[in-house]
Amino acid sequence: MAAAGTCGTGTRSTGSVVAAASTNNVTSFHRRGPRASGADSGCSRLVSIAGTRPSVRNGQLLVSTGLPALDQLLGGGLAVGTVLLIEEDKYNIYSPLLFKYFLAEGIVSGHALLVASAKEDPADILQKLPAPLIDDSYKKECDEDVCSHKTESDVKMKIAWRYQLLPKMEAGPVSSSRFGHYYDISKRIPQQLIETSKWHGFFLPEKISSTFNVEPCSLTSGYMKLLQFIQNIIYEEGFDGSNPQKKQKNILRIGIQNLGSPLWGDDICCTENCDTSHSLTKFLYILRGLLRTSLSACIITMPTHLIQNKAVIARVTNLSDTVVGLESFIGSEKETNPLYKDYHGLIHIRQIPRLNNLIYDISDVKDLAFKLKKKLFTIERLHLPPDLSDTVSRSSKQDLAESAKLLGPGCGMMAGGKKHLDF
Amino acid sequence: MWWVLLSSLRCIHYSPSSHPAPLCVPELGMFPELNNLLNTSPEGAEQGKLTLLCDAKTDGSFLVHHFLSFYLKANCKVCFVALVQSFSHYNIVGQKLGVSLTAARERGQLVVLEGLKSAVDVFFQPQEEPHPLQFLREANAGDLQLLYAFVRDALEPVDGGEAVWRCPVLLVDDLSALLSLGMGPVAVLDFVHYCRATVCREWKGNVVVLVHDSGDAEDEENDVLLNGLSHQSHLILRAEGLATGFCKDVHGQLRILWRRPLQPTAHRDRNLTYQYKIQDKSVSFFAKGMSPAVL
Repeated sequence: MAAAGTCGTGTRSTGSVVAAASTNNVTSFHRRGPRASGADSGCSRLVSIAGTRPSVRNGQLLVSTGLPALDQLLGGGLAVGTVLLIEEDKYNIYSPLLFKYFLAEGIVSGHALLVASAKEDPADILQKLPAPLIDDSYKKECDEDVCSHKTESDVKMKIAWRYQLLPKMEAGPVSSSRFGHYYDISKRIPQQLIETSKWHGFFLPEKISSTFNVEPCSLTSGYMKLLQFIQNIIYEEGFDGSNPQKKQKNILRIGIQNLGSPLWGDDICCTENCDTSHSLTKFLYILRGLLRTSLSACIITMPTHLIQNKAVIARVTNLSDTVVGLESFIGSEKETNPLYKDYHGLIHIRQIPRLNNLIYDISDVKDLAFKLKKKLFTIERLHLPPDLSDTVSRSSKQDLAESAKLLGPGCGMMAGGKKHLDF
Repeated sequence: MWWVLLSSLRCIHYSPSSHPAPLCVPELGMFPELNNLLNTSPEGAEQGKLTLLCDAKTDGSFLVHHFLSFYLKANCKVCFVALVQSFSHYNIVGQKLGVSLTAARERGQLVVLEGLKSAVDVFFQPQEEPHPLQFLREANAGDLQLLYAFVRDALEPVDGGEAVWRCPVLLVDDLSALLSLGMGPVAVLDFVHYCRATVCREWKGNVVVLVHDSGDAEDEENDVLLNGLSHQSHLILRAEGLATGFCKDVHGQLRILWRRPLQPTAHRDRNLTYQYKIQDKSVSFFAKGMSPAVL
């Protein structure tokens, strides 16, 4: 487990234990037997894995994405055995942050990591992870931000007192449970945390230069090698239950950066009709098969804005479980829009899986924006500012109407629509 | 006009085995309201039909769960090609709907091809015997002959004994995944054609398949598949998102289209639309605009 005491990583949530995967057939979805939150009856061996908690809806095992606000939007966290696909923003500025949060959360919780990249050496990626914040320093951060923005959340509202009852998007770190931590982007993770963690790196240029003669296969060789590497690690380290002598069960967090980009040897971002058009979707399918039969969770960032063929994006979305899209305002006309002046971009929750259930946790908030402060990445609800002008000027109303149309295109999975009247 | 009289919501007298009163069998856990709308029951399920499920901009998997539990309750032998989720997912939802898939599998009523697990086995280790998902190892898309052989072996009626199960049923979730795995739409259509010829015609069973509608994503292969299947299906259930966007109380709209009626006297190509809300253990249907949240 993580040695550093900075974050108190005794992640045993009070009173919630999860049944261990059954010995003969490991699936990553297992229900808690009795609904009571107390100790279960003694027939199944009860092991709780650090850094995980069962979902309140169906007892499924969840891990934190590293951003508690995102965990809240995804219904408590990322389910073990599923894929979180991040559709990168245009200049790939903010999606690496989500990637790093996921990996940092893995280190702090003591999970094993598998980092795959075609662009950057995984060792370098790990060096640049953000440092975890302990409770006191987080409160200080909050206070600083609060003072700088001249808004006091503790001040009782006198006029708009109903708004005080609205839930805030981000909750501060709760000291009782240690699921989800806060990180300081301006600082690097301490070296000893990385050294005590168990991580495996896959850097494509190193792996691909070894052999040139690969038998013709349906996947591009980069994807093929990555799949074999992942399968190897899962099998050898026993994440799929194949090695029952291991004393402590652990989660494997897989992070794949820029999947689908030309650096992986895939043409899908370059041309519309390419020969290897099925390579990426086949990769995702096999990866899903590997994840469903092991205790692992995966984050993939993909430059979907580069993919020319929209059909591929739809297929990729269907083959992933949770899909989150980032849209940054840099370079677009929204940068100068007064509606968005406080934020750096929009975040769209495009798909949330229904696992072991007919229904799922979906938040009511569809208009979400993110902001990168000096030390934190925050996700907030976007709302139209009140129209306070004395005379209703035509241009401002039109601007707002235009922006309102762009708000909340809706979670495409549930119901897309041509008009935007979400309610 | 006689079809106006028939167009009231509840009393749809379509098939000879119709039930005038709404079903109230208490142990039925699947969606009894959907059974009412389709005017079927596990006792009087029709045979020899191809049912197409499709979803556009929403998740139509609740229909797969419904038909799976429906045919298991109807005492049919089911071959379930589960390509996109693990077996335990369907099992857990099935338990909410009142069927136990593990029990059905043990007594031989249910044969499941777990696509995800088999794909991993086939991909990483060469198999000695031909495997239905063997095409994953090949570079060029082949055809689905081996998958058809698997279905045929699973559903073949046993000669010599009395019929234990009512009729064979093939259920596929979903066919669009086969396109993602490199199969061409014609190969998938051929597979469905073969299955229909054997299961529906020869053995008087049913085939139910799910296809995603990509909508404006311009997936030509998927459109070819969807149009081809729409043309040859007897019943099409289409789950759509609402045109106006997301709503908490109405999750979507279900269009039911009966084509190729089996009786010549019945009305041709009837089309009904309902809106639905998915709950924890069931789905409630209501006429457009009649959601309990709105009234």
